[in-house]
Amino acid sequence: MCFITLSSFPVKGETIHEERSKYRDITVTQVKDRRCLLFNVHRGDRNQTCVLIDDPDRLVFDYTRMSFAGLLLESEPERILIIGLGGGSIPLTFSDLLPNTRIDVVEIDEAVVKVAKEFFFFRETENMKVTIEDGRPFIKRAAIRNEIYDYIVLDAFSGDYIPEHMLTREFLEEVKRILSPNGVLVANTFSTSRLYDHESVTYQRVFNEFYNFRLPTSGNRIIITQLGSLPPRGELVAEARRIAESLEKYGIPILDYPRRLSTRIDWDMSRRILTDQYSPGNLLRDK
Amino acid sequence: MAFISGFCIMTIEMLGARILSPYFGGSLSVWGSIITIFMVALAMGYLIGGRLSTQNPNAVTFAIFFIGAAVFSLPVILFADAIMEPIFLTIEDPRYGSLFASIFLFFIPTSILGMISPYSVRLMVETHEHSGHMAGLLYFISTIGSAAGTLGTSFYFVLWFEVNQILWSAVVALIATGCIILLIGYAQTVKLVKQTRHYENKQA
Repeated sequence: MCFITLSSFPVKGETIHEERSKYRDITVTQVKDRRCLLFNVHRGDRNQTCVLIDDPDRLVFDYTRMSFAGLLLESEPERILIIGLGGGSIPLTFSDLLPNTRIDVVEIDEAVVKVAKEFFFFRETENMKVTIEDGRPFIKRAAIRNEIYDYIVLDAFSGDYIPEHMLTREFLEEVKRILSPNGVLVANTFSTSRLYDHESVTYQRVFNEFYNFRLPTSGNRIIITQLGSLPPRGELVAEARRIAESLEKYGIPILDYPRRLSTRIDWDMSRRILTDQYSPGNLLRDK
Repeated sequence: MAFISGFCIMTIEMLGARILSPYFGGSLSVWGSIITIFMVALAMGYLIGGRLSTQNPNAVTFAIFFIGAAVFSLPVILFADAIMEPIFLTIEDPRYGSLFASIFLFFIPTSILGMISPYSVRLMVETHEHSGHMAGLLYFISTIGSAAGTLGTSFYFVLWFEVNQILWSAVVALIATGCIILLIGYAQTVKLVKQTRHYENKQA
């Protein structure tokens, strides 16, 4: 989900659909050709994903586009796992870009799947399946079955609630078990508040190093990492040139990304790491 | 005492979701499992505690409730993974997985904690007339304890401490309360014996 960016973006569209689920209120609005998904509008949240219905391939938000930066490290994944569906634009783009790749999507809220299908062009295909489940038990079971993914996207965090059990060291170790040796993990995380420090030290503990990917235009921070050591920047630039053309129609400015991937430590290293024993993410977010 | 038991019940319940979430996730049904099991366990505890209070109510039994609840909470701290792992492996559906895990982890300590309320009513009540007043007062105190346990755990304890540190504190608090009850009971017995002897001496 996209959390902070939208304050600069007043949504005054016409509501075309409302849906109550076990977890949240879902609203679909439309202004001209821009159709958006909002969670909990009444509480003032602005978490959403948007599509341009006249040009549905084009990704509207920075954080969705940023989720494809992992392609710089693994450009031909055979199996992709996406935790958190939202409007479905990340899985849709993957299935359009890599039609032969098997994509598993895990979404806890079946109402979100329904809305994504009805209003955001999402569809399941032979190669793309959605499972209605919490991400953590899904990953635990995948590890028991010895399943391996080459590209994992963690995008389960909406602005009003953070699943705290998916921020912990133990969880990331479970993710590691299903990541292929050259596979890449892309996690959409918090860029402000104390949670930024806590998440950073936790990822650092589990993966040693990671690319910190932020854009001045986006309030999101994307963590990109893999099991081994990270490739030199030169390789990323070459890879970006190689795949740039294929990503153009989605509006992903991949050529701009390599220089934005930073390994500089800009967080407070003294913060406690998050574990299953200590993970007050929802309390830390407001600090 | 009623405050401590109410406090500990809700502290353990609030931590329950955190303990189960690595295996069964954070969905609404996990909370549903926990609350269901706590309610059923408390109901059983009320029933058994009330029944026990009719047979020679005494401080030692009352103290055993606290110490017993503490002892049966230890598996939550020491063997949580060993208990949840086989359940996770056998039951695919996280709803029933979390329900069974809640039974094995929380049912016994919670039902023992539930015995405390009716038993304490019996210990405090001396006459029929003020039994309702006393029951009301005890429910007031234990429910305020529950409210404090809920708020303290969800607002502050999880921010400051690890789950097991909070659970250990609850265990220590329950054992300490049990010991205090034993001491008070012992002091009262000694006093009673002295009074009886004094009375007997006078008569002699």
